[in-house]
Amino acid sequence: MEIRCHRISGGRATGPALVTKEPISFLGTVDPETGVVVDPGHQLYGRSLGAKVLIFPGGKGSTVGSYVIYQLKKRGAAPLAMINIKSEPIVAVGAIISAIPLVDGVAASLLDLEDGTMVTVDADGEMVRVEGAD
Amino acid sequence: MHLSREEERAYQGELGDGLRRAMEILVVLGDIYGADRLIPVRSVQVAGVSFKTIGEAGLEWIKDLRGRVVVPAVLNPAGMDLSRWREMGIDERFAEKQLEIVEAYRRLGVFPDCTCTPYQIRPDLARRGDHLAWSESSAVSFANSVIGARTNREGGPSALAAALVGKTPRYGYHLEEKRIPTHVITVDSDLKASDYGILGYIVGKEVGDGVPRFIFRKRPDVDDLKALGAAMAASGSVALYYFDEDAPSAPKGSEEILVSDKDLQEVREGFAPDDEVEVIAIGCPHSSERELAEVARLLEGKKVERELWICTARAIAERRADLVAKIERSGARVFCDTCMVVSPAGDRYRKMMVNSGKALAYVPTLCKMKAAYGSVEECVGRATGGV
Repeated sequence: MEIRCHRISGGRATGPALVTKEPISFLGTVDPETGVVVDPGHQLYGRSLGAKVLIFPGGKGSTVGSYVIYQLKKRGAAPLAMINIKSEPIVAVGAIISAIPLVDGVAASLLDLEDGTMVTVDADGEMVRVEGAD
Repeated sequence: MHLSREEERAYQGELGDGLRRAMEILVVLGDIYGADRLIPVRSVQVAGVSFKTIGEAGLEWIKDLRGRVVVPAVLNPAGMDLSRWREMGIDERFAEKQLEIVEAYRRLGVFPDCTCTPYQIRPDLARRGDHLAWSESSAVSFANSVIGARTNREGGPSALAAALVGKTPRYGYHLEEKRIPTHVITVDSDLKASDYGILGYIVGKEVGDGVPRFIFRKRPDVDDLKALGAAMAASGSVALYYFDEDAPSAPKGSEEILVSDKDLQEVREGFAPDDEVEVIAIGCPHSSERELAEVARLLEGKKVERELWICTARAIAERRADLVAKIERSGARVFCDTCMVVSPAGDRYRKMMVNSGKALAYVPTLCKMKAAYGSVEECVGRATGGV
């Protein structure tokens, strides 16, 4: 299945999906050294964002979250790519400064995708490809 | 958003990766907020300077950046006085990180003036009608409301991107229609200088991110306006307000708020100082020359019995070394480049007394200290042993 989307941060990556319906505040919710979600109140508690295509509604919280995304990238613990329903400035800026492909403008139904489904984010071509689904 | 041919080339990476990333930030924010194009800015004030605020993550990003700013750019306050940090009780590790941050900005061509009041040290940075990309909330408010320039409240990366490109997306407070008053505030009181911080503290909570238009009994002076705007930007997120008679009028049906002596008195009493006060801090936003002179006069022939800090911009302290010497003869200390809100120096105290509505809003949340409020006379009085 191919889905049109909107480029926020350029690039292209393929990996297993990690999906949440909850917005993410990177500062405080994610350990910047390991990429593991450390907020017990979050749906993704205990999961690692590293080497995943992270699909979530959008960001929230402190603007320092942009820098946390950058730190994750430098530690090799960042998502390969991110997909938002609607990007806000914190995650958008974080993805850009970290050179992580990020797109938004997809339908909210993408949040029903099963974890582990292989997903390709082609931000430059403004296209998301979901394997095995039609 | 429409891009010129030159901007498009930068966006596509033809002018290097640094500019590509900077353009991506501007274009994305422009898209998110509905800007139609980029506009040139006269100056930039970059947030994200205190190591206390941005931490290891922010430091790494700034250190990795390459490029050169193309418009005058200055910094927000840092987490310590860059030369007298030991006297503030700052530890070596924090100091090392903080100096690295400022050095990294300097390499990009940013002037290492760390102040929330760039307009007090370099009036050429902002003139009436200029577009700016400033960050610090009280500076943004002053630029929009008192100077008559136009700026949104930028985050660290978006301000730096604006400095590297020399432009900012045209949305928000750059547009006439976003500068129309939303509230009318009638102040039914003869305000003293120390009332403006309290007034701002009250009104910011009421109007949130609105654009209040004040009706005063008499015209406030520049330091009054600095205090008022800073407090409203902290207790709310006010980035623009009006205070004179030729201001645009609020549309019919705008909310009207009356602030009386009683309202001011209530807040004052709620934050009245007591024996728990261990440290007193003046200079949020950074003290002007006139404010330094007043503190020097109040301290004449006295010795402090509690810690008293006065925060200002380095350029002002250097220009008025005579006043600094007078103040410090009392045992009080004048710190530059920093303030009580962004520095960890206050963290070891339980209660801080301030003469600022902005500090009153932030000290309990960002510094986890209790806060008390008083006029500058009351602050000096408490520091020198009075009550």
